Amino acid sequence: MEQPSSHLKIKRAGSVSVVEFADRKILEELSIQEIGSELRGLVESEPGPRLLLNFQNVDHLASAALGMLITLQKKVQEQNGALKLSNINRQIFQVFKITRLNRVFDIHDTAEKAMESFARA
Amino acid sequence: MKVPPDFGVDDAALVNLSVPNDLRYIREPEARIMADLKRCGYDDDTIFAIKLAFEEAATNAVKHGNCNDGSKRVHLRYYVDPQRVVFMVRDEGCGFSPAQVPDPTADENLERPSGRGLMLMQSYMTKVCYSPSGNEVWLLKENPARKA
Repeated sequence: MEQPSSHLKIKRAGSVSVVEFADRKILEELSIQEIGSELRGLVESEPGPRLLLNFQNVDHLASAALGMLITLQKKVQEQNGALKLSNINRQIFQVFKITRLNRVFDIHDTAEKAMESFARA
Repeated sequence: MKVPPDFGVDDAALVNLSVPNDLRYIREPEARIMADLKRCGYDDDTIFAIKLAFEEAATNAVKHGNCNDGSKRVHLRYYVDPQRVVFMVRDEGCGFSPAQVPDPTADENLERPSGRGLMLMQSYMTKVCYSPSGNEVWLLKENPARKA
C-alpha cells in the first residue's frame, strides 16, 4: 500500500520499506529536515528496519542531504536494521565518490539488485 | 574584495545583487546563471557541478555565515561567458577559517553528518578563494569544452 506524503513515496515489499523521492532536487534545508524526519519515523516504527532508498527520480543533492543520510544510517544500525541505496545517477554517484560515502553506504545499481541482497542477508 | 586577478575577468563586467537572507531569494539569480550557462553551451556535467557549488556556497552564507538571521542579506556577484563562469557569495557574518574545517574524507570524519560543502566546491570548481575575513568566497569554473 502506498502512503502519501509530501516528499516520499513509501511502498512495502515483504519486510522491506521501499522509498522513492517525490522531489527531483533534494536541496532545500527544510525539505531535507522533513525527509529526515519522515525516514526517522519509518525506522523507529519497527525493530530491525529494512529500508531501500531508490534515487531514480533524484537529479540534484545538497551536502546537507548526505548528512541526513548518514544520521539515518546510524539510526538504522542502532535498531539492528539495514539501509541500502539504489538507482543513483552517474552525476550524484560522483558526489558520493568524491566524499568517499560510497564506502559508507551499501549502494546498488538497481532496486532489484538491492532487494536480492536483502534476500541474501 | 574585487574579483581575483587570476580569474581572468574584468571586475566591472560582473553583475551585482543583494538578496534577503533566505534561500528562496537565491533561486532567481541561480536560475539566471543556469540559463546563461545553457545559452553559452556548457555541458550537463559542468552545469551540474556549477549548480552544486553555487547551492553549497549560498547555503553556507545563509545558514552558517548569516546564522539564518532574516535581518541580514546575502551579496552575490557573477559573470558567465562561454569560457568561464565566476561567482562570489558574501554574507554579513564574522567569517571563518576554511583551513580549520576538518577533512570530511578522512576515515575518522567519514560518518560525520556535516562539513562536505566546502570540499565539494573545491572538487567541482577550477578555483575557490576566500577573502581574508572568510565571509566572502569566489569561485571560478572554466568550461572544459573550451579549455586550450
